[in-house]
Amino acid sequence: MHSEPLNDRNVSEHSAYYYVDIEEYPTTGWDKFKQVVKRTFRGELFVGLWVVMREMIKFDIHTVKYPLEKLPIGPRYRAVHKLLRLWESGYERCIGCGLCEKICISDCIRMDTKIDENSRKEVTEYSINLGRCIFCGYCAEVCPELAIVHGQRYENGSEQRAHFVIKDDMLTPLDFLTSGQQAEYPGFGSITPNESVTKTPLAY
Amino acid sequence: MDMAFIIETIVKIVVILLVFSALAGLGTYFERKVLAFMQRRLGPMHVGPFGLLQVAADGIKLFTKEDIIPQNVVKPIFKIAPVITAATAFMAAAAIPFWPQFTVFGYTVHPIVADVNIGILYVLGVMAIGLYGPLLGGMASANKFSLISAARSAAVFISYEVISGLSLLAPLMMVGSLSLVDINNYQVGGIGHWIIWSQPVAFILFWIAAFAETGRTPFHLVANDHEIIDGFGTEYSGMRWGLFFIGEYANMFFISFVIAIIFLGGFGDGTIAGAFQLLLKVAFFFFFFLWTRAAWPDVRPDQLMWLCWKVLMPIAVINVVITGLVMMF
Ligand code: SF4
Ligand code: SF4
Repeated sequence: MHSEPLNDRNVSEHSAYYYVDIEEYPTTGWDKFKQVVKRTFRGELFVGLWVVMREMIKFDIHTVKYPLEKLPIGPRYRAVHKLLRLWESGYERCIGCGLCEKICISDCIRMDTKIDENSRKEVTEYSINLGRCIFCGYCAEVCPELAIVHGQRYENGSEQRAHFVIKDDMLTPLDFLTSGQQAEYPGFGSITPNESVTKTPLAY
Repeated sequence: MDMAFIIETIVKIVVILLVFSALAGLGTYFERKVLAFMQRRLGPMHVGPFGLLQVAADGIKLFTKEDIIPQNVVKPIFKIAPVITAATAFMAAAAIPFWPQFTVFGYTVHPIVADVNIGILYVLGVMAIGLYGPLLGGMASANKFSLISAARSAAVFISYEVISGLSLLAPLMMVGSLSLVDINNYQVGGIGHWIIWSQPVAFILFWIAAFAETGRTPFHLVANDHEIIDGFGTEYSGMRWGLFFIGEYANMFFISFVIAIIFLGGFGDGTIAGAFQLLLKVAFFFFFFLWTRAAWPDVRPDQLMWLCWKVLMPIAVINVVITGLVMMF
């Protein structure tokens, strides 16, 4: 589809734009009467009746019985966050760089890190206050390790919001990983297929 | 007046009240289902089989809800208005023959509460009083939307009453009686004798007026949800609102009966087959009320008044004159 004819916004014979043909509004009583007669006897009312009747007979119901059936949801949908693991080692992807905590506009990510015995930075605490999170996706966008991503869990009704966003809840469980159920989102910014993100070597 | 007559009348009244209250409830169920199917939805599904018990659930809800009387309303009028709507709807049913007369155990039952000789006049008159419900309720509510609704109900009222009266005049001239039983007996000869064939214009006009009378969709201005919330019902809650609702649905059934009896031969010769035909006709008209609600847009109040006064009324008058001329020569 070429967009050139659409770029010229002036109405002329070269551009794709044209004025919509709108009939003059009737002004005199006689014209109004003629309009009513025309509309009445053109059968438009019966077209309307037929259309809804046809739909009723076809019985092509589009209702999704929500708690029982669910619609598929887009892979880039921004629901409650997930922390992912490395495919080959099962180690946490998060390197504790703190970029997500820094970029979060509503300042709702809270994390704590320490240096472990291999002098590798380890994330001890990681939580998101969902009461403030606006699901903007900046944290997932900025993460250099594709560690924090948005999941598809949009049903976050619970007694406490905290139930969703402690580190243990967000982190992919190890048995999930081994059975291959950790989902990567496709598209821009995702990991290249058949090439896993590997643990950054300590000695650079 | 003997005792048997009084007892029989009371029994009839109770039966009509019970049957049509239940039908009004079921009517809401059918309305939801039909509208849902026409809009490719499922409608009520979860309460009972196919959602049938939704009616009961709604009833329980309406009965047990708190009856709120807002602070600034005119209290006596606010309280009485829903009763007017519901009561007049059922009072109008007194002169409608719902079923041909039949015999049980050698006792002949006339399924009409009062076979008055001005039947249709009484029915239309009492139904017209029903409009005082929205009018008074809307004016007493101390709510702007309700007030607009009350003004509209007055405007609608003076418009459609002219049409319903004038359009009925022509068939009544042919029949020569105002009793609905007489009108029915006039068409006893079968489908060819139905008044709709000799008075098609009057039929259409009365049908249009019936939509305005019951406030159904093309003329649903009195409680148009997207313009004036629920109109006169905005401030009502619980069973008072429910009474408005029952009144509206009972009215739909009764006006369907009236149309079917006057124009479509009613119960015909009074056999069981004829009686079931009457029920079928009524069911069609009731269905049509729901059908138009799914299909047609609403008109503005000024358009309705313009339509009634400047288009339909002249047509009705011309129809009466032509009928008179035809009958004279
Ligand atoms: S989605 Fe936005 S608001 Fe929520 S934690 Fe991430 S950056 Fe913060
Ligand atoms: S941006 Fe990613 S790697 Fe850095 S702390 Fe946040 S989740 Fe961990």
